[in-house]
Amino acid sequence: MVEPSAYLLLSAILFCIGVVGVVMRRNVLIILMSVELMLNGVNVAFVAAGSYLGDVAGGIFAFMVMTVAAAEAAVGLALLIALYRLKETIDVTELRILKW
Amino acid sequence: MVSGILDGLWLVPALPLLGVVLNGILALFVERPLLLPAAGPPSAAAGHGHGASYRTLVAFIAPGVVGAAFVVALLCVLSLAAAPPEGRIFVQVLFPWIQAGAFTAPVAFQLDPLSSVMALVVTGVGFLIHVYSVGYMSHERAFARYFVYLNLFMFAMLILVLADNYLLMFVGWEGVGLCSYLLIGFWYEKQSAADAGKKAFVVNRVGDFGFLLAMFLIFWTFGSVSYTEVFAKAPLLSGDGTLTTGLATAITLLMFLGAAGKSAQIPLYVWLPDAMEGPTPVSALIHAATMVTAGVYMIARSSALFLLAPDTMMVVAVIGAATAIFSATIGICQTDIKRVLAYSTVSQLGYMFLACGVGAFTAGIFHLTTHAFFKALLFLGSGSVIHALSGEQDMRKMGGLKKRVPVTFLTMFAATLAIAGIPGFSGFFSKDEILWKSFSSSMGSPVLWVVAAAAAGITAFYMFRLVFLTFFGTSRMDPEVEKHVHESPWTMTLPLSILAVLSVIGGFLGIPAVLGGAFGVPNLFEGWLEPVFRRAAPAAAHAAEEAAHHSAALEIGLMALSVGIALFGIGLAYFLYRARTEKPDEIARKWPTVYGVVFHKYYIDEFYEWAVVRRVVRGADWLWQMFDARFIDGIVDGAADIVRSAGDRIRRLQGGIVGGYAFSLLAGAVLLVGYILYRSIVQ
Amino acid sequence: MTGIDLLDRHLLSVLIGLPTAGAAALLFFPRDGRKAIRNAAFLVTLAEFLLSLLVVARFESGTAAMQLAESAPWLPQYGIGYLVGVDGISLWLLMLTTFIMPITILSAWSAVERHVKEFMVFMLILETAMVGVFVAIDLFLFYVFWELVLIPMYFLIGVWGGERRIYAAIKFFLYTFVGSVLMLVAILVLYFHHYAVAGFYTTDLLKLYELAIPAKLQFWLFAAFFLAFAFKVPMFPFHTWLPDAHVEAPTAGSVILAAVLLKMGTYGFLRFSMALFPAAAADFTPLIATLAVIGIVYGALVSMVQKDIKKLVAYSSVSHLGFVMLGLFAGNLQGIEGGILQMINHGVSTGALFLIVGIVYERRHTRLISEFGGLSKVVPVFAFCFMVVTLSSIGLPGTNGFVGEFLILLGAFRTHMGLTVVAASGVILAAVYMLWMFQRVMFGKVTNEENLRLRDMNGREIAYMLPLLVLVFWIGVYPQPFLRRMDATVHAFVARVEAGKRAALAEAPPGRTMFTRTFDARK
Repeated sequence: MVEPSAYLLLSAILFCIGVVGVVMRRNVLIILMSVELMLNGVNVAFVAAGSYLGDVAGGIFAFMVMTVAAAEAAVGLALLIALYRLKETIDVTELRILKW
Repeated sequence: MVSGILDGLWLVPALPLLGVVLNGILALFVERPLLLPAAGPPSAAAGHGHGASYRTLVAFIAPGVVGAAFVVALLCVLSLAAAPPEGRIFVQVLFPWIQAGAFTAPVAFQLDPLSSVMALVVTGVGFLIHVYSVGYMSHERAFARYFVYLNLFMFAMLILVLADNYLLMFVGWEGVGLCSYLLIGFWYEKQSAADAGKKAFVVNRVGDFGFLLAMFLIFWTFGSVSYTEVFAKAPLLSGDGTLTTGLATAITLLMFLGAAGKSAQIPLYVWLPDAMEGPTPVSALIHAATMVTAGVYMIARSSALFLLAPDTMMVVAVIGAATAIFSATIGICQTDIKRVLAYSTVSQLGYMFLACGVGAFTAGIFHLTTHAFFKALLFLGSGSVIHALSGEQDMRKMGGLKKRVPVTFLTMFAATLAIAGIPGFSGFFSKDEILWKSFSSSMGSPVLWVVAAAAAGITAFYMFRLVFLTFFGTSRMDPEVEKHVHESPWTMTLPLSILAVLSVIGGFLGIPAVLGGAFGVPNLFEGWLEPVFRRAAPAAAHAAEEAAHHSAALEIGLMALSVGIALFGIGLAYFLYRARTEKPDEIARKWPTVYGVVFHKYYIDEFYEWAVVRRVVRGADWLWQMFDARFIDGIVDGAADIVRSAGDRIRRLQGGIVGGYAFSLLAGAVLLVGYILYRSIVQ
Repeated sequence: MTGIDLLDRHLLSVLIGLPTAGAAALLFFPRDGRKAIRNAAFLVTLAEFLLSLLVVARFESGTAAMQLAESAPWLPQYGIGYLVGVDGISLWLLMLTTFIMPITILSAWSAVERHVKEFMVFMLILETAMVGVFVAIDLFLFYVFWELVLIPMYFLIGVWGGERRIYAAIKFFLYTFVGSVLMLVAILVLYFHHYAVAGFYTTDLLKLYELAIPAKLQFWLFAAFFLAFAFKVPMFPFHTWLPDAHVEAPTAGSVILAAVLLKMGTYGFLRFSMALFPAAAADFTPLIATLAVIGIVYGALVSMVQKDIKKLVAYSSVSHLGFVMLGLFAGNLQGIEGGILQMINHGVSTGALFLIVGIVYERRHTRLISEFGGLSKVVPVFAFCFMVVTLSSIGLPGTNGFVGEFLILLGAFRTHMGLTVVAASGVILAAVYMLWMFQRVMFGKVTNEENLRLRDMNGREIAYMLPLLVLVFWIGVYPQPFLRRMDATVHAFVARVEAGKRAALAEAPPGRTMFTRTFDARK
């Protein structure tokens, strides 16, 4: 039996890697992957807590998050392709068309 | 109550309205296409023969309906006269007009001795002027349009005099103002004509403002605007203290403001001389014989109220006398034949107000009637002269016309004798009646007599000046004009002749008791009107009786004196304009200031322009440019600008760099978590 | 149940729904078929007008009750219902709306060439909203329609307007919206107050009428409603959106704006402010009457110096609406009947004036007075129509304007004598600015070559002008059919307002004015 704190630590590490990726990287593709990483970090915490507390709600939430993540990835990648076709770049610092 | 033929009373105003409709159709569908410049040559040529026939039709319809109205009015009056004096009042209610709660004003006509005099004068003189117009306007392109306006005027004027309540009178009152506007500006392509029309309307509106307020006071005091009710209640309410003298004064002063506007009294007389821009028959009909006397009619109609307000009576008398002499002096120096007559009209209207102001309403209405004859004649005569001279109006370019236009000369001369007050002519009887009453009435005073008599002398002077300059002496006409001088067609000279007859004998309707009594000739006019004024106000009859206490010798003496003054005026005119024709210029050179001031009509127009018009326009401009656009909109736009600039600053936070957003998200989360941790640790 | 019965029972709902149904149908028209779209829109509005004549036919003039009333639950748990009905106050405003719409559609026939389909759709939705405003007797429903009016009008100005259309559209929208959100707050306060007093929620206006509201609360509620309606009327000094909106709006928009939208404000005062808060209305009367009179004179003076005909007419609206407000706040039968009649008159006369300006603008693409002169000679039919409308606008007896103005001044003279004297001077000024403008446009010689080639009014233009001219004379000569149908309602209205005022004043010491009563801390 692994200590629950270890799961939470893993979850936190994964989440932080994701955060750093989102904040630091300029490639949209990497940012999207980092977001996935953050979501998975949270999933780990959910599943661990669910198992520890003997409650299935944790697992259900994890599935919920995975569904959302899949949808997000689909929409995000579609936008990414549309953006690339428009601007021929996927560098976020170049994508500033909201600001005029 | 008499009825039968009187049930046809509504026809009197309705007939001219029919004329408006018929002529309006002709004007719109037959005349308009002919006048359009875009109509092109083919249709114009095709329409020419057609055009002539429609003009004949108009020439029959327009005077025809007015003549028919005259006949109906005459029959009604005869039918009314068959009734005993006390029963000579007939009211015909057509339909309710405005009803709101306690307020009701029906469309209803009232025929009594006073309104019958007015109706006969209006339709009678109106008919003659319509006939005259057919000749005078024969070269006018917009022939039908002219008669539409003229018939519309007759309709409005008859509404005014026949109305049985103040509100309906006001309809006619503004209606004649509208027609005056349309007819003065008939030649609207002329800037001065359009300006004059507008000026007339606006100045009249100032008066109407007073009339309107008077009407409100009347309604809230008497609970009605119908003549019968108001006059019946007036003594009762003044008895029980509801109608105080102050209230009566307020009502009547406001009414007088209205009358002063319509009848061109000081200070609102300025529009009438300018109104001469209209066609001459219009000047004769509207600005001499009928519309401008509406104010006198209104005061006579409301005599019951005016007699309750002695202060107003005094104001009316003083303004009347002042206007009479003031505008007479302006008449001395005018060179435009129509302007002389215009100022003369203002002056004569002053007499009528003077009469009303001293309580001699009968004399006022009598002068109104005779004035309608001789002043209409003078205007039509001057129109005939202008017609003969191809449009020349400047008397300095006339002269010696006596032989060239004999009918015009003779008729105009008769009218001049009448207005100058030569015994036997109509003006003598009516004017002298006013002079005598202004002296002898309990509300009169010798000062008023002196002013009025002096004005009579000036009147005689400037009228004879006009006649001498126009008809006597040598010709000063342009040779080109002189070639075309001709007497007018019968359609013009016939009305002149009829009016001349009326001007001469019209006075015998109202021979003063002091002259007629000896021969057993009654004062028909006074007898006819007496029930109205006695019914309206016993006090008036009382005042009249009081006047009778003065000795006949005094009356005869004053009469002779006033005739003497008039003769002196005539003599002076003869001296200056026949015998020593170089004198007038000498006088003008000798006193340039006095002459200049009088010549420029005392600079009253300029004063109004400076004191009222320019200031109002400038103030309005300031309100718009500064107050509206800068101040109010400044606040509104300022509020918008504050929001906008605030947004502009906050916008900078949204840099558009996704990393930045993510970082601030992270920072926020860290701060939030940190805060929660801090709180849990501290606790 | 036959079709006629059904129609009779749901007449007002049909009137509300028909234009929107028409708009929905228009969406299926091919975008290129402009002619078909115009014809269809015209037919819908014409059918609407003919149906609305049934309302007049069914209307009983002897009663003050809401007639042809319909009610259906809408959000019953919140006490919100679909309640509609007409009485003597709203009848003629409803008629004015349905009457003016076919005319405006005709006026836009050739003036609007761009996005005809969208234009007509917006016009029809606007008609639904305007009809709804006048027949709704549920506060919530009223508010929905009130706001719904803004949207199509915003687009009408913003898309089909003149050069500064965006500025004008936003100004119009924000100005009126600021007022309406305050009104929404007031409606909510009223709603909760009713619950506190009566124990159940409702937005039914007739139930709210019976609510006794403390004078102090009345003050604040009145103030909030006042702003909403005063912006809309517009009263001086909240009027500056009007000239901009009018000048930039397309002719059809201006006509609707003048004829109907402004009346929503004055109608609101009558239906809501005065009826719901009689005591506060009494307190506010001196202020409002003064503002109204300032508006009359101010509007007239500013009109006088305008260079743009349309702007002149817009400012004259400020003056005319001042008369209406003065009449309503005279608080007596003559004043209020005159005020309602003057709303109709203003719709007819000023609507017609905007059409006149539109006719000129369509030909010359300018509205500057200085560009014209001497038009009488070139376009006589137009001159005649213009003249009649001008005279009606300055209130010449025999035209509609006189009857309304006279009754207003007569009524107001009783209650505010001094102010009425000043207001009556507006009669003089009206003659000055209108006749001066008329003279500069129509009289004199034709100085501008282009004006010589002006076309006179064509058949379509005469066709839409004629009904207006008929109304000008009809109301002027025989206003009884109009006044008679208001009588019972206005009588009851005056009585109710008086009673409400006395009841509310009974709780406050006499002689207290608005401000002492509201701001007196010790009480």
